[in-house]
Amino acid sequence: MTWTQFITVTLNGLTLAALYFLVAVGFTLIFGLMRVVNLAHGSLYLFGGYVGWAAAERSGNWILGAVTAAAVAAVTGLALQQALLRPIQGQDLREALVTIGVSIVAADLMLAQWGGFTYGFSPPRSISGGARLPVLDIGYPKYRLFLLAFAVFVGLALWLLLTRTRLGITIRAAIDDRDMVSAVGINVQRLFALMFAFGAGLAGLAGVIGGSAFSIASGEDARYLLASLIVVIIGGMGSLPGTAVASLLVALVEQYSLALFPTYAAIVSFLLMVVVLALRPQGLFGRPA
Amino acid sequence: MLDGGNRKRLSRRELLRRAGLLGLVVPVASGLLAACAREEATPTAAPSAASPTAAPAATPTTVAAQTPAAAASPTVTVGPAAGEIVIGVLATLEGAFALFGDEGVRGVEMAIAEFGGEIGGKKLRIVKESTDATPQVAREKARKLIEQARVDLIVGPLSGDEGLAIRDYAKTVPDKTFVNGTSAAQDTTLRDPAPNFFRFSTDGVQWMAGLGTYCYQEKGYRRVATLGEDYSYPYSQVAGFLLEFCRLGGEVAAQFWVPIGTRDYSSVIGSMPTDIDAIYVILGGSDAVNFLQAYADFGGQAALIGGSSTIDQNVLEAKGNIRQRVIGIPGAGPVAADNPDPAWQAWVKAYKEQFPQGLTTPSLFAWGYYVNAKGLLLGLREVNGDLSDGQKKLQAALAKVEFDGPTGHIKLDKNRQAIANNYVTEVAEGPDGNLYNKLVKVVEGVNQTLGLPEEQYLALGSFTRDNPKCEDIHRAFGS
Repeated sequence: MTWTQFITVTLNGLTLAALYFLVAVGFTLIFGLMRVVNLAHGSLYLFGGYVGWAAAERSGNWILGAVTAAAVAAVTGLALQQALLRPIQGQDLREALVTIGVSIVAADLMLAQWGGFTYGFSPPRSISGGARLPVLDIGYPKYRLFLLAFAVFVGLALWLLLTRTRLGITIRAAIDDRDMVSAVGINVQRLFALMFAFGAGLAGLAGVIGGSAFSIASGEDARYLLASLIVVIIGGMGSLPGTAVASLLVALVEQYSLALFPTYAAIVSFLLMVVVLALRPQGLFGRPA
Repeated sequence: MLDGGNRKRLSRRELLRRAGLLGLVVPVASGLLAACAREEATPTAAPSAASPTAAPAATPTTVAAQTPAAAASPTVTVGPAAGEIVIGVLATLEGAFALFGDEGVRGVEMAIAEFGGEIGGKKLRIVKESTDATPQVAREKARKLIEQARVDLIVGPLSGDEGLAIRDYAKTVPDKTFVNGTSAAQDTTLRDPAPNFFRFSTDGVQWMAGLGTYCYQEKGYRRVATLGEDYSYPYSQVAGFLLEFCRLGGEVAAQFWVPIGTRDYSSVIGSMPTDIDAIYVILGGSDAVNFLQAYADFGGQAALIGGSSTIDQNVLEAKGNIRQRVIGIPGAGPVAADNPDPAWQAWVKAYKEQFPQGLTTPSLFAWGYYVNAKGLLLGLREVNGDLSDGQKKLQAALAKVEFDGPTGHIKLDKNRQAIANNYVTEVAEGPDGNLYNKLVKVVEGVNQTLGLPEEQYLALGSFTRDNPKCEDIHRAFGS
């Protein structure tokens, strides 16, 4: 592998990690706070992607598409939580089953509405096309750099939110002991609804952001659900830094293996998961049971 | 917008399939839950739920996954009623290849409509089953069609590995008859064929007829890299291209095989050698779109050569801005959109009338399922719908079926494999702004060995990711 190739592959890994982070962070936050494994998370990603595509196509404005996707996915997530999950709150297996059911129904509905076509986005000119990286002197697509920057921004904003604001304190307290938080007079139900909508909105937004890097098509829901699962299993469920580190690990491993031995790339990330589960079953940043 | 009346039922069946997956996901997820939920996790509960080997935890989930299937079978109906022939259709109606599956079903429906929906006074009814392009599911769904839905005949499957699985399954039910969909792995019929499996469509090697020559002689490409998904059909396609390209003196600099469903091609593109004239790409559906987009984003310099599914109509009609990236890509396949043959034109017209919401031009998937279903129905008409005697009469009649399809004459060889025309094409933009595969050259009557002597051809061995190499081809056939 040549030097420039190495840099390019590393950059590819970093930018793919950015996307994994954006998708998985909502998943892990919802789990951390509510103990709900939302197996419809991939569906929210795909739904956001389709809705965002339709909005961007109609208005000619990619940013509007992204915002619409986030909003629609957030509202959908809120409805899902309030209508289906709240009545069975606390029953882990039922919650997982209901969300799987939702994902199957949603996959068929979306297939009926949008068909099996592959949808590509046209991001604004300022972030599309190629850029010449200074110092390294390597050509690289601007969009992927934007993706990286955006994920870093989201990660930092979330970190600040969780560590520096009153809301963040409440959330962290609820993650640690929701009964106590509820006992001191904080409306935990409202917090749950808010968090679920937020996580779902992030998934929808990622649908447009990720769909613009690759594409949106039937079947992407399962792929991103799987990617999120792997990331949070490796990183530790409910941990923000864990999600970031695990996204990096998974994406870098995937890209290096695609470059070095593409044939076996599919199994390498699972191997990584197996190793982590064997050595540290709670995930890299997870807390022991 | 989908033309499947059976969609609802499919989704329920789909649910059963995913219930199996659920058996896998739920223990993992619940294991996580148990591991993380501090207060509930008793030391014994967590490991038994998480480890698949622990019998007590595993048994209930397997039972849970199977019971609904058994319970559902009485309602799934149905053996054939008196006076009807039931045809099972296997196609990928969901997931990344969903659009292909829809096209395939359209092809079958066109053929049935052509026969007025009945043969020998018996009504033709179709039952659709969705597969996911994997051999296991294809086999399971074929069994389900035969054992539960009690179909008489099966049309399908769609993808290469599925075809190999169905061929093997067909051998276990000799009194049922199978015709292919679009699955195009060469070995399905070339090596160890099943006596009751018929393929009226050409295979992945045949689909490349003419392309290697065109790229070498007209385009002047001398050195290429190949990139394909890692399974039987792309192996056939790459071999078909190399069989011509290498004999003329072309060279292969490197070969890349990626897992099916690869999303991010940036690192593969980064690993491409720089001293090549072109990259031969055989990827299907959204894989192709993702590659084309990444190749443009990363400013790829080498020209592209398309395998049959890389530049299929399904890909050309992807929504978004891949258009500029694909115009001018040479490719080859069993259909060419602007084929002036009146039979083709009439068929396209019929397609558009029957499916106003279909593609602007039918794809090779509609074509494959159509010619296979048509071959089957011609055979059925020959025996006047008589399926008695373990379908022996039908199978004998099918082996002799010859007809003029939308792409010219089709007949079967001794392995029940089609000999038919092939088309070299180039992606072009039509006057209405739609992209299509412009006809460059017709290669007539392509057989399974591309006209090469059969003995040497078989001696090359099954095509895999490492076979054939240019040297093998030179050794077998000279340059």
